[in-house]
Amino acid sequence: MSNSTLAGSGIESDLVRRTLRAMILSRTLESKLSSLYKAGKIVGGVYLGTGQEAFSGSLGACLDQEKDIFAPLIRDQAGRTAFGEPVIEATRTYLGSALGPMRGRDGNIHRGRPDQRRPAMISHLGTSVSLVAGMLMARRMKGELGGVVGATCVGDGATSTGAFHEGLNLAAVEKLPMVVLVADNQFAYSTPRERQFACENLIDRARGYGVTGTEVDATGLFSSLVAIHKAVESARAGGGPQMVVGKLLRLCGHGEHDDGSYVAKQLRESSLGQDCLEIGIKEVIDEGIATTEEVENWKTKATEHVQEAVATAQTEATPDPYKEDWRSLSAEGMQP
Amino acid sequence: MSVTYIDAIHQAQLELLRERDDVFLYGQDIGAFGGAFKATKGLQEEFPERVLDSPISEDAMVGVAIGASISGMRPIVEMQFADFSSIAFNQIVNHAGTHFYRTGVSVPITVRLPCGGTPGSGPFHSQMVETLYGHYPGIIVVTPATVSDAYHLLKQSVEIDDPVVFCEHKFLYRWLKTDQIDSDPLPLGVARITRPGKHATVVTYSAMVHEAVRAADRLAKEGWEIEVVDLRSVKPLDMDTVIASVARTGRLLALGEAFPWGGVTAEVVSQVVAEGFHLLDAPPMRLNAKDTPIPYHPDLWAVHRPTPESIIEKLRELLNF
Repeated sequence: MSNSTLAGSGIESDLVRRTLRAMILSRTLESKLSSLYKAGKIVGGVYLGTGQEAFSGSLGACLDQEKDIFAPLIRDQAGRTAFGEPVIEATRTYLGSALGPMRGRDGNIHRGRPDQRRPAMISHLGTSVSLVAGMLMARRMKGELGGVVGATCVGDGATSTGAFHEGLNLAAVEKLPMVVLVADNQFAYSTPRERQFACENLIDRARGYGVTGTEVDATGLFSSLVAIHKAVESARAGGGPQMVVGKLLRLCGHGEHDDGSYVAKQLRESSLGQDCLEIGIKEVIDEGIATTEEVENWKTKATEHVQEAVATAQTEATPDPYKEDWRSLSAEGMQP
Repeated sequence: MSVTYIDAIHQAQLELLRERDDVFLYGQDIGAFGGAFKATKGLQEEFPERVLDSPISEDAMVGVAIGASISGMRPIVEMQFADFSSIAFNQIVNHAGTHFYRTGVSVPITVRLPCGGTPGSGPFHSQMVETLYGHYPGIIVVTPATVSDAYHLLKQSVEIDDPVVFCEHKFLYRWLKTDQIDSDPLPLGVARITRPGKHATVVTYSAMVHEAVRAADRLAKEGWEIEVVDLRSVKPLDMDTVIASVARTGRLLALGEAFPWGGVTAEVVSQVVAEGFHLLDAPPMRLNAKDTPIPYHPDLWAVHRPTPESIIEKLRELLNF
């Protein structure tokens, strides 16, 4: 490849194409979810990852779907899609289908299939760091760690939590093959980063934890892919935990109930406010990795795919409160 | 050769490590040091890969346990003191406790909490926390009062596919002894009649079982026959045994070492009143610790928790109604 960003990175065209396709599918899905929310078809919140698709999608695409672990957070639709989460799981969960992975018991982004190495996030930020560490430690104890990478994502706000600190410190102590993405998207809900931490840059923290840190312009697809690909491969090769801080701007509200009016115009118009999807498409076409026609075809396919997944979920039964077993314990005889 | 309560916990862990490749122990100072109370003494030597020292990170310790448990392991986490589990509260109640209901994937973790007061331990090394964990769905809360129960309930806890909070009482660690572990354990979830009687029922658990028996022994000299029910686990709560006992005696004292607001004793009274109001010959009563932090000085501590004397006083009130 001639492009200086990708040159020497070991990144194949196929990985770039898969990442961009996941970004397109994610954006298409999330646009539809937003419309459904605004039309009153989704109860509860809708939380989008607009502007974070390159960063999140790169991680999902760089991981091995057959053996790696991916614990996404709130703005990781692109990563989920790139890691192989079927679109129907998102639409079923948002629309409360009884056939979804959460069966109406939890909603929106609080979904996953832990038995398929896709943990279901809880709302308490930072908790997934130690969770993934434990999943890796289990594999090590069983002699099954070989070549496995565990990854999770947080935002700049989550780095203020005790759980994040405890988890990353522990992962470093255990020298685990782990990748932690920090989407430094400038705001935790409405709180700007200067009210969140006092260090100049979040990447400074990596050194304190004893983990490898990389900072990347996450508005670019190629830059994101190169940094994350390297981090994943370093972790896989025994380099211990890797922290990748992506500099970007959340191009949506915290949720679709939030217009994000607290984001200054100047910031929105800065380089941080560029749309990674537009940049990614341009990078891929300019580099000759895909043609304009192919990209348009991917968009069309994405729209069809999303429409089908929404239509399917909308026709499915929602949970029946009178047939619900109301069990919180799996063991027989223990439920009060 | 006698076995103490802490020996029983040590023995159960040793056997679990030997019997099951999927069991591992995780906690602060539990490796070469053998744990603050020596519950893991020598275990790392035999199982260097499965007895691991953790950083002082209670949240992350339980996070690790959850992650390992959904990856096929059966972790036992040792909190150095139950009081410090407040740092892990979120992982226990919001992560482990919700997991099976949300995802259908169970979380077989056991969190050992050395709880309860000992003289001189003060506000942050003495607490009873079973109420906190019992309040949340998806968690089993075990409170052994005997050496054999400490052994068997710990082994049963690890076999269960759900999160178990194992409340072991520090006051019992060294002084409570038995000649040998019972070979025929009760199942988890079933209460025991520790001392049969007919005039009043004391429902209690953990170290307070022994204080209740002392009180009952003294009242026996006056002709009162007090029944003592040891709950063994506070969730599940064996109300069948409790109601059957109240049906025999007509009088209930719910006794606990925890703080008085809400809690296990309130739950027991509430359920007895709701389900067995017609069985009661007197208003049911509660006796708990005082509503202050747990004091350091042994003289203050000794009366902060219920004592045989305060239990007798309460029982006289109940019997004389």
